[in-house]
Amino acid sequence: MPLNIKQLVDYVDKNDWPFTQGHRLCPGCNAPMVAKWATLTAKALGYEPVVGAATGCLEVSTTIYPFTAWNVPYIHNAFENVAATITGAEAAYRSLVNRGKVDNKKVKFIAFAGDGGTYDIGLQALSGAIERGHDFVYVLYDNEGYMNTGNQRSGSTPTGADSTTEPVGKAKAGKLQFKKSIVDIIAGHEGVYAATASTSEPMDFMKKMEKALEFEGPAFIAVLAPCVRFWRIPESSGPEMTKLAVETKYWPLWEYFMGEYKVTKKPRNFKPVSDYVTKLGRFNKLLKRDDSAEVIEEMQKYVNAKWDRLLALEEISKDKPLRTKI
Amino acid sequence: MPNKLAVTGAKAVAIAMKQINPDVVAAYPITPQTPIVQYYADFVADGLVDTVMVPVESEHSAMSAVVGSAAAGARTMTATAANGLALMTEIVYIAASYRLPVVMPIVNRALSGPINIHCDHSDAMLVRDSGWLQLFCEDHQEAYDMTLIATKISEKDDVLLPTMVNLDGFITSHGVDIFEPLDDGIVKDFVGKWEPKYPLLNIEKPVTLGSLDLFDYYYEHHMQQEAAMKKAYELLPEVFEEFEKISGRKYDFLDLYKMEDAEYVMVVLNSTASTAKYVVDELRDKGIKAGLLKPWVFTPFPKKEIKEALNGKKAVVVLDRAMSFGKEAPLYSLVKSALYDAEQKPKMGSYIYGLGGRDVTTHQLHDAFEDAINDKLELNEQKYLGLRD
Ligand SMILES: Cc1ncc(C[n+]2csc(CCOP(=O)(O)OP(=O)(O)O)c2C)c(N)n1
Ligand code: SF4
Repeated sequence: MPLNIKQLVDYVDKNDWPFTQGHRLCPGCNAPMVAKWATLTAKALGYEPVVGAATGCLEVSTTIYPFTAWNVPYIHNAFENVAATITGAEAAYRSLVNRGKVDNKKVKFIAFAGDGGTYDIGLQALSGAIERGHDFVYVLYDNEGYMNTGNQRSGSTPTGADSTTEPVGKAKAGKLQFKKSIVDIIAGHEGVYAATASTSEPMDFMKKMEKALEFEGPAFIAVLAPCVRFWRIPESSGPEMTKLAVETKYWPLWEYFMGEYKVTKKPRNFKPVSDYVTKLGRFNKLLKRDDSAEVIEEMQKYVNAKWDRLLALEEISKDKPLRTKI
Repeated sequence: MPNKLAVTGAKAVAIAMKQINPDVVAAYPITPQTPIVQYYADFVADGLVDTVMVPVESEHSAMSAVVGSAAAGARTMTATAANGLALMTEIVYIAASYRLPVVMPIVNRALSGPINIHCDHSDAMLVRDSGWLQLFCEDHQEAYDMTLIATKISEKDDVLLPTMVNLDGFITSHGVDIFEPLDDGIVKDFVGKWEPKYPLLNIEKPVTLGSLDLFDYYYEHHMQQEAAMKKAYELLPEVFEEFEKISGRKYDFLDLYKMEDAEYVMVVLNSTASTAKYVVDELRDKGIKAGLLKPWVFTPFPKKEIKEALNGKKAVVVLDRAMSFGKEAPLYSLVKSALYDAEQKPKMGSYIYGLGGRDVTTHQLHDAFEDAINDKLELNEQKYLGLRD
């Protein structure tokens, strides 16, 4: 049963926030929205979330000892290992329930991590955890950089964006590579539910979160979640930017379920990717370069091709699941 | 259980783990630890234990999953060696700081590079400051016994620190020897039930674990770890005593062999102690008052006991199976510092031996003793046993 607005409002009325106020993330940061929506969805559906977080903005800003913004069990271990940590807790839960030491309470394990902790240093642990088929939901808040440490490039940083470890300079237009297609990597594990989401589409995200929670196995959701500080955008504009990202094919909304691909939002009219790039201050230096038109042209070609590919994948995989169980 | 079993040391450890039947074992294979987790996987596959086994993709994830599992409230174990321990190191520190009573047998092996899979203690020494208790085992019996003892001391209310049980790669792990396991029921009673105080899985009382601990608390939390270490030091004798009651086998901080009237003492860890005891006997036959000191407990380092045992001896040779490049060898430097305020300081000599699995012969140990007997020890010089020219 899909979670509806009424259910959500009823739950919110209880004022029992799993992720609550008092954190110290920057005003306008989109990471707390992701954490809040994900845990709220779980609670409203009657699950008991047990949360893990990787080192990063969300972690350091929500648990400054002796304070915590988490009203549900929470563990942070290190930067690259949230997947392994949370699956250890999940294994413990299975064992303790088996042995009658802990009540079976619809506990659901949710891991949060930034793009650095997911695309880069944490990829191995994440891959291992998914391959082992643990029952957990991994939620990536993708702000396309190592923001907690001051805007260094990550495997998710887009072409031409300014970052401190691959800055736009006189000789080079910042990062030259495209971002890694993380959801495709996750989909490659096959026995998994995986999806993209965006802070501009909360209901779409919650629907996907619900599917992820219901799926008895590994699930992964990548949410485009701006860092207002290092994207160099106004504090209140995060969701506006992610809306543009969806409308420009920069961040298509789609999902993968055991072999089947589905595009979950098909905008009727697309905007050019330059509309997105010119709005984000992180591309300012690129835009001042002579080759900016070329770089943006390359990006446009790439997002077009990716979109066409997604539609094709949707078509060929329709009603052809690779697996029916994990 | 039969009274005596002739098995490898790896199997002896696996049997101890089987009798403990932890809630979760997360592990990744690495020679010479591999047989431990293989035996354990067999036990799980055959339904002899109902542990949930998590066969992870690396040691880093093994220790990470162990932290998640132990924090959740499950009795949790893993095992590793050398590079596996090195890869875990970041999380090894975290496990101790979260006060998780995890037990981890370490099958001691040389650290790369260059790569070498044979025995030395460089892996254990790498993590000597990580906040784990470190026990060392001469043979199969000790490896089995210490695995049980480790579980007990780790879970003591005032301790709550993880423990490493060290045994020598190949020599102990792969050699077959006789040991006496205890009855399953006796082990079960001895280790008892694990009742975590603040488990993550207590949904009613949610805890936040692994907070950002800034300059206003980090220091104090480190002091709490230090206090727990002191508690472990206080409580270890109790645990040894309890263990003696169920097994008849007596342990202490130090294994003292023919030490009472000894004049020339060798200090060495793990399996080499067996060879050293043999050499001590040979010297005793010749009327030379030789003795051996083998620490069972390395962390918390039993400084006071070592001082008492060595005060007034004529000469002490400390054998290290690990180097600390550019500094004194680890065991030597600790023993030396333990004797700093001894009333009657013995002469001392530092000897490196057996690196990367280099054979340790009775001749080599005789050589070290000879230096002691002939007053040829150099306090600040590191010497090398069995090194080819
Ligand atoms: C092993 C290790 N290497 C480096 C760091 C330093 N570090 C902490 S957070 C972080 C970046 C986090 O980036 P991301 O995962 O994208 O999350 P964000 O800060 O953007 O929220 C880095 C590099 C670390 N904590 N551990
Ligand atoms: S630096 Fe960026 S990601 Fe971090 S809290 Fe601020 S806005 Fe959010």
